[in-house]
This record gives sequence, structure tokens and C-alpha cells, in this order.
Amino acid sequence: MAKVTVDGIVVEVPNGSNVLQACEAAGKEIPRFCYHERLSVAGNCRMCLVEIEKAPPKPFASCAYPVADGMVVHTDSPMVRKARRGVMEFLLINHPLDCPICDQGGECDLQDQAVGYGGDSSRYTENKRAVKDKNLGPLVKTVMTRCIQCTRCIRFATEIAGVPELGATARGESMEVGTYVEKALTSELSGNLIDICPVGALTSKPYAFVARPWELKKTDGIDALDAVGANIRIDSRGPEVLRILPRLNEDVNEEWLGDKSRFSVDGLKRRRLDACWVRRDGKLHKATWLEAFDAIAGKLHGLDGSRIGAVAGNLADAESMLALKELFSALGSENLDCRQDGAATDVSRRDFYTFNTSIAGIEDADALLLIGSNPRHEAPLINARIRKRTQAGKFPVGAIGPAAELTYPVEWLGDAPSVLAALLDGSHPFAKVLAAAKKPMIVLGQGALARPDGLSVLAAAWKLAGVVGALLPDWHGFNVLHTAAARVGALDLHFLPGPNGKPLPAMLGGGVDLLWLLGADEFDTTKIGANTFVVYQGHHGDAGAARADVILPGAAYTEKNGTYVNTEGRVQRSLLAVYPPGEAREDWKILRAFSERVGKTLPYDTIEALRARLEQVNPVFARIDILPRFGISDTTGPSGDPAGLGAAPFVPAVRNYYQTDPISRASPTMAECTATYRTALAVAAE
Amino acid sequence: MADAHADGDDLTQPTHFAFDAQSEAEIPGILAKYPPARQASAVIPLLYVVQKQMQRTTASRWVPRAAMDVVAARLGMAPIRVYEVATFYFMFNTRPVGKFHLQLCTTTPCWLRGSDEVVAACKKATGITQFGETSADGMFTMTEVECVGACVNAPILQVNDDFYEDMDAALTLELIEALRRSEIPAPGSMIGRQTSAPVGGPTTLLDSTPAE
Amino acid sequence: MLSDKDRIFTNLYGLHDWGLAGARARGDWDGTAEILARGPDAIVEEMKASGLRGRGGAGFPTGMKWSFMPKQESERPHYLVVNADESEPGTCKDRDILRHDPHKLVEGCLIASFAMRAHACYIYVRGEFYNEARHLQAAIDQAYEAGLIGKNACGSGWDFDLYLHRGAGAYICGEETALLESLEGKKGMPRLKPPFPAAVGLYGCPTTVNNVESIAVAPTILRRGAAWFSALGRPKNAGTKLFCISGHVNKPCNVEEELGIPLRELIDTYAGGVRGGWDNLLAVIPGGASVPVLPKSICDTVLMDFDSLRDVRSGLGTAAVIVMDKSTDIIKAIARLSQFYKHESCGQCTPCREGTGWMMRVMNRLVQGRAEPDEIDTLEQVTRQVEGHTICALGDAAAWPIQGLIRHFRPVIEERIAQYKSGRVARPMPLAAE
Repeated sequence: MAKVTVDGIVVEVPNGSNVLQACEAAGKEIPRFCYHERLSVAGNCRMCLVEIEKAPPKPFASCAYPVADGMVVHTDSPMVRKARRGVMEFLLINHPLDCPICDQGGECDLQDQAVGYGGDSSRYTENKRAVKDKNLGPLVKTVMTRCIQCTRCIRFATEIAGVPELGATARGESMEVGTYVEKALTSELSGNLIDICPVGALTSKPYAFVARPWELKKTDGIDALDAVGANIRIDSRGPEVLRILPRLNEDVNEEWLGDKSRFSVDGLKRRRLDACWVRRDGKLHKATWLEAFDAIAGKLHGLDGSRIGAVAGNLADAESMLALKELFSALGSENLDCRQDGAATDVSRRDFYTFNTSIAGIEDADALLLIGSNPRHEAPLINARIRKRTQAGKFPVGAIGPAAELTYPVEWLGDAPSVLAALLDGSHPFAKVLAAAKKPMIVLGQGALARPDGLSVLAAAWKLAGVVGALLPDWHGFNVLHTAAARVGALDLHFLPGPNGKPLPAMLGGGVDLLWLLGADEFDTTKIGANTFVVYQGHHGDAGAARADVILPGAAYTEKNGTYVNTEGRVQRSLLAVYPPGEAREDWKILRAFSERVGKTLPYDTIEALRARLEQVNPVFARIDILPRFGISDTTGPSGDPAGLGAAPFVPAVRNYYQTDPISRASPTMAECTATYRTALAVAAE
Repeated sequence: MADAHADGDDLTQPTHFAFDAQSEAEIPGILAKYPPARQASAVIPLLYVVQKQMQRTTASRWVPRAAMDVVAARLGMAPIRVYEVATFYFMFNTRPVGKFHLQLCTTTPCWLRGSDEVVAACKKATGITQFGETSADGMFTMTEVECVGACVNAPILQVNDDFYEDMDAALTLELIEALRRSEIPAPGSMIGRQTSAPVGGPTTLLDSTPAE
Repeated sequence: MLSDKDRIFTNLYGLHDWGLAGARARGDWDGTAEILARGPDAIVEEMKASGLRGRGGAGFPTGMKWSFMPKQESERPHYLVVNADESEPGTCKDRDILRHDPHKLVEGCLIASFAMRAHACYIYVRGEFYNEARHLQAAIDQAYEAGLIGKNACGSGWDFDLYLHRGAGAYICGEETALLESLEGKKGMPRLKPPFPAAVGLYGCPTTVNNVESIAVAPTILRRGAAWFSALGRPKNAGTKLFCISGHVNKPCNVEEELGIPLRELIDTYAGGVRGGWDNLLAVIPGGASVPVLPKSICDTVLMDFDSLRDVRSGLGTAAVIVMDKSTDIIKAIARLSQFYKHESCGQCTPCREGTGWMMRVMNRLVQGRAEPDEIDTLEQVTRQVEGHTICALGDAAAWPIQGLIRHFRPVIEERIAQYKSGRVARPMPLAAE
């Protein structure tokens, strides 16, 4: 540790810290534009200048200057103020005074700092520089004349996103940030460029001129469009969600967010189910809640529990799944399923279906095997974490599956399950790489589980984890990477067929007479029996609603208080940002109301009571936001025969990152991304 | 050229570039200068190889964007890193230039010795009206350059790789006419000076004739 | 006046064979193995004792710089990198070494590398020196062929490889860390310091960057002894130096002289005097474009060495003497330098990227007088906002010439503005693309 005195305040900071960090430790805010904690230090904006005693009599860039024991720093001396005022003046001479029409206005670092260090008038009477805008694709809008050349975006693209496509060409005053050759950035993380740009050079294209930050209500939410559970801030105005931004959570998404999770927001306003519908004479007619409930109750009447079933969709919150499960129990049904993709599961132990290393734990691992997973498309934030780990060095990554560009070096071992067998019997050279690692990790994707031999793959992967030393008392290197936000919560609630219940395939083709779909749109609805009565409870007019006999309008994830369990098994709560549109209601309330209609009243009137029930059913629901890391002592594997591997090659679970659910499919922005990146997607899928 | 900021989508860009046999013969020796894991060091040398090949094959020394991609692939670099280099360094022309690239130093030491006259003479002789232009016949491109490092022989007119020194208006007109006839005069002082020695011959090192 | 026997660069003007045979005849490569046999530490000590200060502009003691390198080799190899990116306006001395005395440099590279335990050395030659680089490459090839460098260089048991690397037109690459970036295949953008190159240099390895002249004089110093060298020049400003005398003199030239020679003597003796006589002198930039200009009154007496020029708030820099007689538009002479720095700013850090353009534009208006008198002070303040706030010294270099101009020639600027206001100067149309 080094003892540093900042403006008279003595702080101790680790050796190797920079002066800026020491100043922050002392509670002194240091203005900066180029410096960003998660990026390499550029030291180019010169705004963070401080004075250091016993150093040459000039100000130093605190972001780039290492601390030394006994150092005395001044952050507010005349020299410092003068220097910062000078830098601010230079930044402003070529920066347009277009704040009134700039989307960064109100949340602009340059604007904020100009209040502190800017002059009241300009001494620069020459012409200002103008820079041609660039086309970076459908998500990021550029107004390059506003660029202050801090190079954060270049460093983000190169270091974090792993797509070295941005650069600064030419030099001096003429230096321009861009791609040189016009092309859309090929990153699923490009929206983060908007966040890290300290000025209005890079802003959100879909959000252009939509709102001012001070008009927005900010609500803490959890992303539901993949299974990472990224922490988000939902910005709304009136009844409309206008944008979604990442919220800091070091253990999950750090401060990043995937493009689908950020930009699908326009899908929340389209194809919405905002009223009940009942099918009469083959056509759907608008109905009241009472009429809709009556129609379902009428159908239910006289049906045996074994003839009705329920399927939980990928975006469902835990509360509504529990209510649905308990409703069906009361109705005598064990026909429940949450696995629209047919993924194999063994819920006898939680670590058979969660990402046990934890996302942050990836940084502690020293070797990785991916099986049937393309994390770049299935969970870009986890992919970013893997890339972060590879950047730190000495992290061999092998993968079984079709080769794809994951933004870091990967040894592609082949796409056949036989590779897994060869790793198991030690005949494949990569087995030695894993065995040599102290903390190896194996990630099993849904592409490896959603297949007839899924249970064997699960068992074989677990066995391999044991063989290579990934299952240790202080290290759990076995991981299942889910793609559905609802899945782990559903498995925690055993939203699965009971002992005599039918899985989804058996409910199809007339296996049940009434099928209740809770936002389930990701299976082939044409396989539902012609005479099966379908209730679709959800928020978007997608595949499920099209087949429905009764539609009950539910709430999207931004419109309800919900609990989600991410792929790690982390339980997180999302808050209601706006109310569901029209007649739509929060899903658990719909189920609670319907239960009363059929005389099976669920025993909770408030969400608190329902959550108490959640904890009762599975105590993990009491551990909000806390994910204890644990090793493993009992290495007994899941059911399934490790030797029963089939021959079919693994295929990735996500074919088009941009459209995976009813919300992103309803989003014009995601449709544009799909069109723009079609070629790239096709290449990646090959 | 750095200040003539082009983007790589210019319509004059060829869609294809490949090193020819002569270039390929030069490359191994270049790559051998740098440690195996540091091949990016060869980016400037390889861009020179490109520029020379373009001169050989098209009589215009420049670096097309397609060639930058070829260099990137050869060195295992991201293409944007090569674009950055090619646009940063002033000697790489990112647009075609004339057969004779007239690079006129006008920095203070040359200006004090009459570079304005040399510039005017160049314009007169080539018909070019301002820096950055290529003459109608495609023979000459005039570029204003910063100090080329031969100041005691100012003013300097650099033609492709060669320095013509101690220039004035008349000498410039003569030189350009010679070039137009595809005669390439010997570079160096155009007034017969012994390199950087004072006019009239050295006043030092008079007894330094090596004993043989 | 320095006698020829004390001149190091005896083929400065290229009158003789620059190849190996000629170099040997002039005493190069004589007893190199014996010098190496003294061992690295003895060589460094001798260099320290010689008092040689770096010839690239900053004047840092060369021997001390060499001593900063780790004393032991580790898994990270050591490198010597020679800065032959000579681009400071007014300066053309290294050019003569490269083309006329390349073996002095090659031999110096071997000795300096050995002293710093480097098995490899890169010489970074500015791209425009195409023909000069050909001479140097030929000299390197000759040295390899003769066993002077390469495996077991000079039979010393030391393996040494020497590579020539050409730049491609960027003044900033003369800044040592920008040069390293460029050598690594990147844009020449200076690095943040610390760490310094001796700790983290080329390819992340311990590296020393030296100017061509500093390295090329080393073999002679080691052959003739530190005492010989330090006896030349003035205290703390030892030895001989290549001077480049350009501009309004009767006979511009390069010449090797002792440090501390009076400026007037230098010009009168070697460059045939100021055009129109000493009294026709207006000003001199004594050390290359980046040092402040000196008016005649100072030029009358000032001595040409690091400390004397620092004392008059200028600098020796590269010892490139740019002479301006009374016909010179001094504002335009300096404005052209502002254009130079604006053109050569790498664009990395804010004060230089934005400040060089600002300064140039104001300077260009001052040439016409198209300004308000108080803009002189504004300009002065802008130079202060650039100076000392940038990553590298280019910002300072861009600021100092203007500061020198305002310090010594403010009345000229004020008069120009007054003339413009009174309409006595033809008013050129403002340039649209300005």
C-alpha cells in the first residue's frame, strides 16, 4: 500500500494504483474524458491534471501517473485549475455549440465539466472544424464533429468487444475516429459505445431526439431477453419505456449491456396484447376479462387434471410461474413444462443446471471448454467476460461445436459428440490442457442439451468435469449456459412434469385438451392438437397468441414486479417501470383472479405473500442478489448414460442473436439489425 | 496523404491487390528483421513495397485500400490498424499521384532561401494551380511538404525519392522540363556544391585526405 | 577554432569513400575488439567521464542514459534504438553521417549496444532519407560481411544484429517513445511516461534511444579518451558538435566545431557571414525550429552551447542555426513554423491537437496584421496553455517559437496590426479554407 496525501486527506491505496484512483479514494472528484476504469489508459484528454509536490513544476495527468508512498497531491490548486481551464478551452474550440439539438445534452461529461472549467465566452474566433459523420450501422448514430478524440470507443471496440474495427485515421487536427471503410460494427455490444462516449459523438440511433434525460423516470430492472440477468435501468416517460441502459453490477454485467437487451425496447410498443380475446367461430373477438375467464372455465369444466397442461415461456417471472403451477396442482394436473426447446435436465441437484463457476468466477478460471455453445450469441455479456479472461493471458479455450468467431482465440475441436467422448477417454490432446489447469471450467450450452441424447451429454460433460479436476472442494467448474431468462427459476420451482405428468411433446398432438401457455412462443405451435383448447397468457401477439382460443393480456418484463433467476442461479428482482397497456395486467394477478373464478383460490393476495410462498417452495428465492460461490464435495453425476452419446453434430441454440423472443421479434430495430448483419450471422452460424 | 483525408470507399480504388513476384521476393528479408511475434513492425516497410509496386506497375506511387487489407492479412493485423498507419504517415499516398511526385519543402529554412519561387516555378511548368493537384497530363503531382532535413542546401525540391538541392526558379523549370522528357538528372546540389560544404568548397577538413 | 585533427567527422562532406575501406582509412573500426574487451561498465564510465550530452536536442548526458539500462539481461532482451528521424527544421547533420560516415554509426551501434547488453539494435531513419538509408544499409552489409557485426562481432564473442528501419514521414517519430510505437508498427503517438524506455521500451523490453550523432561520436571518444573529448568545448558542455547553418548567410553549410563557439564566430568563419553583413542581421533561431528566436542584440555575444543558450531563454537543440537578415518578415518566419507544428502534431492529446491549429491560425492572421492588439496576449496565453500540458515535448516545441517572437518582436506585431487597421497594407482576402 502507498500512503498518499490528497488535498490534505491521507489515503492508502494499493501500489500500482494511479493518482486519479488515489484522489477518488480521498473523495476528490477528478474530471476526465478519456480515462475509463475498464479500458486501457490513454492519458490523452489531459483533463485530469493534478499537481504533485516534489515533481517537476507542471501538472500531471493523474490517470496515467503511478502513486508513490508519501506522494502529496493537490487537485484544486491554482496551477490545476488553470491547467484544466486551458484544456477545457481547447476541447471546446472545435466542439460545436449544438447542445440544444444534441441527444447527449443533460448527460454529457463535456457539458458538465464545462460548467466547472469553461469560460463564459469563447476566445476562439477562427472557423470550427467539421467532420464527416460515419455509418456504424443501425444502432449507433454518429455526429463526428462533436468528437473530442478521447478514443474510448476505439479502446472499447478493441479491448472489450474484441472487434478491432474502429480506429483513428490521419493525424493532428485531421484525426478522425471511424472505420475508414464504411461498415457496420460487428459487435453485439456496440450500444455500450454510446454509454462510454463522453460527448454526443456517438448516440443511440433509434432513440434520436426522443427525450431529454430529465424527463425520464428511472427504474431498476433485470433484463429478461437472455439468461444472464443483466442489471438494467428502465427509462420511461408516462406510459412508455423509452430506453434501457445497463446498471452497474460487477458480478453480472459489469457496466455493459448486449444490443438486443438495450435496443429491443421499441418491440415493447408493437404487437402488444392489450385486451382479452376469445375465439368464436374460428375468429378471435375482443372480450372482457369476465368473458375470457368464463370461456376458459367453461372449457375446464369436467376436464380431468390429466387432460390439461401448462407451459412456461422464456420470459416468465418466477411469481407467475409459481402461481400457474399451483393453479394447475389445484386443478389436479401434473402436466407442466418449461423446456420449450426440449433441453435435457436433471433437477435433483441445483448444480446440474446452473452456471456454477459464476460469471465473475470466469476470471479465476485457467482453461475453458465450450460444448455446444456460442456464448457470443447466447450471452454476449458472458462472452465479454470470457474475452476479458483471455486478455489476461494463459487461458486456453477449446470448443466442441461449429466453428464461429467468438472475439478471442478458440481451438475448435470439432462439432461431433465423439469429441466429447475422446476428451473423456483422454485420447484427445485438449484433455491434457484441461487436466493441466488448476481451475478448468466446462460450459454446456443449450445446443448440447436440447437433443435426444441430451441427458447423456449432460452426464458425459459432468463426468469430464470430474476427470479433468473441475469439481473440487473449492472450485466448481461445471456450467450450464441457459438462454432463457425464466429457465433456472422454472427449474428451481420444478415447473416440470410431475411423476405422472406429461412433458411438452406429450401435451402436443392432442395429449391434452386444454393447454395454458404462459408467454410460450418458442415451440412449433402447429403441433398442438387441433382440438386442444389453447389459453395464451402473454404480452405479444406472436406464435402462441396466433394459435390461442383465449388470449389473456399479460405484462412484459418492464411492466411488472418480477423475480428472475439467471443462469448462475442468481435471484434478482425487477421493478415495474410502467403499467401494462390497456387491459393487460401483471401475470400473477391474472392467475390469482382466474383461480378465484374456478373456485381454486390461490392463497396470496399480495406480491409479498406470493414471494413468501416462493421462499417456502424453494429457499433459494430468499437469497436476493446474493450468489454464494461454492465448491463441490459430492461429485455424483446427473442421471443419464455418459456413453449414450449420439452422432449428430452439435448446433448452436441461437441462430439469430437479434431475434429470440416475442419482444425482439416485434422490434423494428432488431429487424434492421437482422437485415444488416444477415451475412455476418450466416458466416458465424457456419 | 495524411491531411488529404480520404476514406477507403473512394471510387478510384481498385478492388483487388496482390503482391507481384518482385515484391514477394523482398518480403521475407523485411519480415526477418523483426521478432516472429512482432511482425506488425513490418507494416511501414510493406506499405513501401506496395507503393513501389504501384509505381512499377501503374507509374503512380500510392497505396490502395485493397493493398492495405493485403498487408493486414500478411502481418496478422486488424485492417483498421493498417488504415491508421497508412493515413498517419505523410509519405504514403492514399490517392494516386503523378509519375513524378514533386514534394516542395516550404518550411522556414527553405522559405528563407526562396522556396516561394520554386513553388511558383513548379506551378508554371506543370500547370498545377495548387498543392495536392495532379497535372492534366498525369505527369506531376505537387505536394507541400514539411522540412525534409537538408536545410543547408535549401530550397529543396524532392522528386519521388530524390532531393534536388539549392534550387531556384530557373533550375526548377529546367528540372521539370528534363523530367517531362523522362530524363532524370542526378540528384543533389543543382549549383555544383560539394554536398553540405559551403559554396566554393570546404573550409575545414582540408588536411583530412586519408593516408593510403 | 577547432583544428581538423580534433574533428570526428572527417568525411562530413563526402569527399572520400564512405564505404568500409574509406572508413578504416579514417580510423574507424580500429581496435574495436579492444574497446569491447574493456567491458560494458568501463565503457559506460568512460562515456560518462567524456561529458557527452545527447545530440538530439535535449542534451541529456549520454553515459548516464546508458547507465539506466538494467545491469543484467533477463528473459526480456535489451535494445538500442538509434534515432535517425532527423526532422527538426534547420537540422541536416545526421544526414551527413548517414551518407558520408555511416561506419562511425555502425561501429557506435555495436559498442553502445554492447555497453547496454543489447544484442540487437534498430536504426530508425526518416523515410525521406531514401538515398542516405541506402548508404547506411550498404555499410551495415559491409560490416556483417567483414565480421564486424553479427555473430561474434569483431571476434569479441558478442553477438550483435543491426537493422535499418525506415520511417514514412512523421516528425513526431523523432520523439523517442513515438519512434518506438512506430517501430512496433503503430502510429507514431508518444507514450505516457513513466514507464520510461529503459524499463519498458521496444516490444516491452529495456531500450535506450539515442541520436545518430551521439552514437557516432562514441567510438572516437572511446579511442581517444574521455579526457580528450571533455577538454574540448566548455564545462558541462563538452566536445565537438555538428552545426547546421542555414538561412540568410552567404554560404550555408554544415560544420563540426567546439561547443561554446560564439554564434557570430560560427557564422562569420564558416558560413561566409550574414547576407549583407553582421549589421544586416535580424535574428537567429539557434537550435532548430523548436527553440525561441534570438534578436541580433543577443546574437552578438551568445555562445553556442546548452547552458549559454538556456541562459538567454533559448536552447542549443540540435545546433541548427537558422539565420534571418533584416529583409525577413519575422512574423511569417515563425508563422511558418506554427504551420509545421500543426501539420506534425500527432493528434493524440488535446492541448497540442487543438492548440497547434489555433496558434497557427492566429499567427497567420498576425502575418497580415488582421487581428486586435489584445490577441497578442491571448496568443501568448494559448502557448502557455499548451506548454507543459501535453504528453510529449511537441507541444512545448510549438509554443516556444511563438513565445520567443512575442518576447523579442512584439513591437513588430503591434505595428503590423496597426498598419492593417490603417489600411496601409493590402488586405488579402481571407482564405475560405483557413
